Amino acid sequence: MSRIKARFEALKAQSRGALIPYLQAFDPDLGTSLALLKGMPAAGADLIEIGVPFSDPSADGPTIQQAALRGLKAGATLAGVLEMVRAFREDDNETPIILMGYLNPIDSYGPARFCTDAAEAGVDGLIIVDLPKEESDLLAEDAKRCGLDIIQLVAPNTPDARLPLLLDDASGFIYYVSITGITGTRTASADELAAALPRLRAVSPLPVAIGFGIRTPEQAAQAASVGDAAVVASALIATLATTLEDGKATATTVPKVLGQLAEIAHAVRAR
Amino acid sequence: MSSEVPPRLNSLRNGPDQRGRFGSFGGQFVAETLMPLVQDLAEAYQAAKADPEFRRELDYYFRDYVGRPSPLWHAKRLSEELGGAKIYLKREELNHTGSHKLNNVMGQILLARRMGKTRIVAETGAGQHGVATATVCALFGMKCTIYMGAVDVERQKPNVFRMHLLGAEVHPVTAGSGTLKDAMNEAMRDWVANVHDTYFLVGTVAGPHPYPEMVRDFQSIIGIETREQMMAVENRLPDVLVAAIGGGSNAMGLFHPFLDDESVRMIGVEAAGHGLDSGFTAASISRGRSGVLHGNRTYLLQDEFGQIAEAHSISAGLDYPGIGPEHSWLNDIGRVEYVGVTDKEALDAFQLLTRTEGIIPALECAHGLAHVMKIAPDMAADQIIVLNLSGRGDKDIFTVAEHLGVSL
Repeated sequence: MSRIKARFEALKAQSRGALIPYLQAFDPDLGTSLALLKGMPAAGADLIEIGVPFSDPSADGPTIQQAALRGLKAGATLAGVLEMVRAFREDDNETPIILMGYLNPIDSYGPARFCTDAAEAGVDGLIIVDLPKEESDLLAEDAKRCGLDIIQLVAPNTPDARLPLLLDDASGFIYYVSITGITGTRTASADELAAALPRLRAVSPLPVAIGFGIRTPEQAAQAASVGDAAVVASALIATLATTLEDGKATATTVPKVLGQLAEIAHAVRAR
Repeated sequence: MSSEVPPRLNSLRNGPDQRGRFGSFGGQFVAETLMPLVQDLAEAYQAAKADPEFRRELDYYFRDYVGRPSPLWHAKRLSEELGGAKIYLKREELNHTGSHKLNNVMGQILLARRMGKTRIVAETGAGQHGVATATVCALFGMKCTIYMGAVDVERQKPNVFRMHLLGAEVHPVTAGSGTLKDAMNEAMRDWVANVHDTYFLVGTVAGPHPYPEMVRDFQSIIGIETREQMMAVENRLPDVLVAAIGGGSNAMGLFHPFLDDESVRMIGVEAAGHGLDSGFTAASISRGRSGVLHGNRTYLLQDEFGQIAEAHSISAGLDYPGIGPEHSWLNDIGRVEYVGVTDKEALDAFQLLTRTEGIIPALECAHGLAHVMKIAPDMAADQIIVLNLSGRGDKDIFTVAEHLGVSL
């Protein structure tokens, strides 16, 4: 069984939703982001999303854009990100890792070789922001061959008629982009979320993770209970950014981010 | 649009295919949030294209507002100076707002109105597309937001002021390198966040399908007129077509109606910046490779890891690390030749045209002229070159003065 499936089943048995924190690889440097990655499970991460820095992250707001630039400045490459995952897997063979990024670095690496290397490094799923279903034949077969889940994004403005196309052969979980907008901006209301879920449940049995605009412990707890998981990204990166001095990590960087994550995890688990 | 040259079987003019592709290029590489929008847009455009009323409306605005047809000018003194081929200039710089950009924005704003959109967002590099967009928004009373790289805002102040006068909001974009590609990212972010009432008015033959096709169709009026005018004056087709390329809309507009005419050679001129191998260039075809950015697969300037490189050109309008996907395809099948011209060569051409014809060209099309200067002398006197003079150069006099060491 894949790590993603196993983790969601285990959480279901405990009747609680998952918390999925996000970090940008190499932000602000490899050592710090690896320390964050390794510290996240103990701080309450059930799955982890790793952002792969890209020069032109057109679906991301300013917080993640800045993080991507810091990561690139620190020398992030796709191969380097896989190296990070490999290092993480030395101590943790259970927490699912999902890479989130844009297509061009993968295209440049070579989709088939990338899928092979990613699976071998211990990656479980891929979210490729600018690879819609219509273009996914670029790596769908390679991902399948390697046992990687391509996590399908669904947005509030995705028409019902489109859902079967997106979800019929989806695997892993569904990533529900709760707002039509970029990362780290607006937050969806409880009513908006409650209305959205039945649309997805009617079409797919997969767990639903809710992301974009989830900032507070309360919002995370609510999203994880309305859906099956909450993704928290910009809020953690914003915290990381406040700890930097001249763009460099300080002694407070890792503890502050993990502290915030623990607080959010506490709220998610209290529900 | 209804082109007056019917495409033949196995025509090169039938693209894109159902997936919005020209060969392996093009497509719809956008976030799921944008997918319903580009699909709606493709549908709305196909419906408009099939509606004679839409064509009539566009023709009316082309004639009475844009000022079409634009003249095809026989540049006698320039031809004599270069001593070879007979050179004609397709005078798109005489359009309202001073460039070919208005052809496209006029078509798209009519489509946006048809779709019931009330707000327009657009990206701009040199500001020509921003000014053209702000102009038609003023004409139709629509809200207009323009994203422009902070670096470009600084080097194109007169155009920023024009946009303000026309009632547009101009947002300087500081993210990334602060140029056209970053403005494009920001316009896409705005579109994603405001999908309900907003139309994204792309300025070139790039982006997710249907933009490359649609913008090409609206710009094809350039080639359609050129063909008619050439037949009327010379009773034959030209031998060579030359156009400068950033994203490639003026070139696509000139080339497309001639793609099936095998006798017509076509040359797209990219900005080589300091030189093709200098590391400071905007020549996506000559020095890039296939990749995916801004919704389409095309030739891109990028590093070995797939990070997009910053383009460099003296001309803000050519300062883009990509190129329209149809050009990438036309390059790969060998139908169009793509060459590079440096900043310095463009500056020389800029001055030559000004002195010989009394026409101050935009630095963009000065690149095209610089290549004409290289090939015309070796051609026979009865051979014909048409250069697309896509914009006027008033906006560039500050840049040119600076490079010539003159302080204004």
